[in-house]
Amino acid sequence: MCDTCGCNQPDGAVTITKIGEKNHDHSHGIGDKTHTHQSPASHHVHTVTMEEDILLKNNLTAERNRGYLEAKNILTLNLVSSPGSGKTSILERTLKDLKSEMEFYVIEGDQQTSRDAERIDTTGVPVVQVNTGTGCHLDSTMIRTAIGKLNPNDHSVLLIENVGNLVCPALFDLGETLKVVIISTTEGDDKPLKYPTMFSAADICIINKTDLLPYVEFDMGLCQKNALKVNHHLEFFQISATNGNGLEKWYDWIRSQVPVG
Amino acid sequence: MHEMTIAMNVVDAVIKRAQENHALYVTSIELEIGELAGILNDSLLFCFDSVCKNTIAESCKLNIHSVPAIGKCHHCEITFTVESLFAFCPDCSQFQVLIVSGKELKIKSFNYE
Repeated sequence: MCDTCGCNQPDGAVTITKIGEKNHDHSHGIGDKTHTHQSPASHHVHTVTMEEDILLKNNLTAERNRGYLEAKNILTLNLVSSPGSGKTSILERTLKDLKSEMEFYVIEGDQQTSRDAERIDTTGVPVVQVNTGTGCHLDSTMIRTAIGKLNPNDHSVLLIENVGNLVCPALFDLGETLKVVIISTTEGDDKPLKYPTMFSAADICIINKTDLLPYVEFDMGLCQKNALKVNHHLEFFQISATNGNGLEKWYDWIRSQVPVG
Repeated sequence: MHEMTIAMNVVDAVIKRAQENHALYVTSIELEIGELAGILNDSLLFCFDSVCKNTIAESCKLNIHSVPAIGKCHHCEITFTVESLFAFCPDCSQFQVLIVSGKELKIKSFNYE
């Protein structure tokens, strides 16, 4: 379960591990917990005007990440989707097919286990696993720590696989260049209307598992039409990470986005 | 589902400012949350109470003020109230609508003693 339930996870619950290393980090302080026992009746009420964005802290760190990554000409993609849409398979395939052309780094976000990072590790690409504990999204501080462990070279590509969740990661800027939302043909063509916040926040939409189209009731045109109702700037890629259909167009797009060295 | 993080951010930011003002207690916090910000108020209130425990904001009141969602048509440039992120223009029926307000996540102010 995510932390909506009120089970406030301890500070040490978030772990960030570079595959091959055996240390861990943590983030998410909840502030000073001092409690003063005095009668409120004896004091005057004061008002402090804040006018402050609730996510200010996350947004500031995200901009710091963005500045670092931009200065190093690193293309950073934040991949978001529901669990099981094929994020890790798309990553594996992309890395295997493009790693001879450009330098990649990967940050894997999951609540528990380093299974995805171990899958990425077999491709030979440097990868850091962020385990969020009960947390339902990655935040910019986790990414900042993970980037520190990866120490990426200039003119490279950083791929961030967010926690499988089509709701919460929409609100948390990580400092990425672009947000890529992935849905699969098994999920239903009305998904963009059911989860509009994520489709509204995304720049790119990948529709995966096109090899299953003959077996599922999924109207590709309607899905894209629904997504465009939410976000008329979305750019689409129809792919199958299993049989490779449509991947060349996706690769051409990545090639076009990588800053020239 | 992210309301716990939102609650933690609110309480952290307010307590920091309250302590700068040598506050003994935070008695109330005013938030502005857009109707399309993706926040469930009930969930936020539930999380808020548990985050405040054992802090100077314990038992403080959280007042959430909703900000209406307003869209602007990319073609007609008229503004109108919208109910979702897939709103269409009431004049030309096109979906190319820019959300100009309704995504706010803001701490307006707080009271302390």
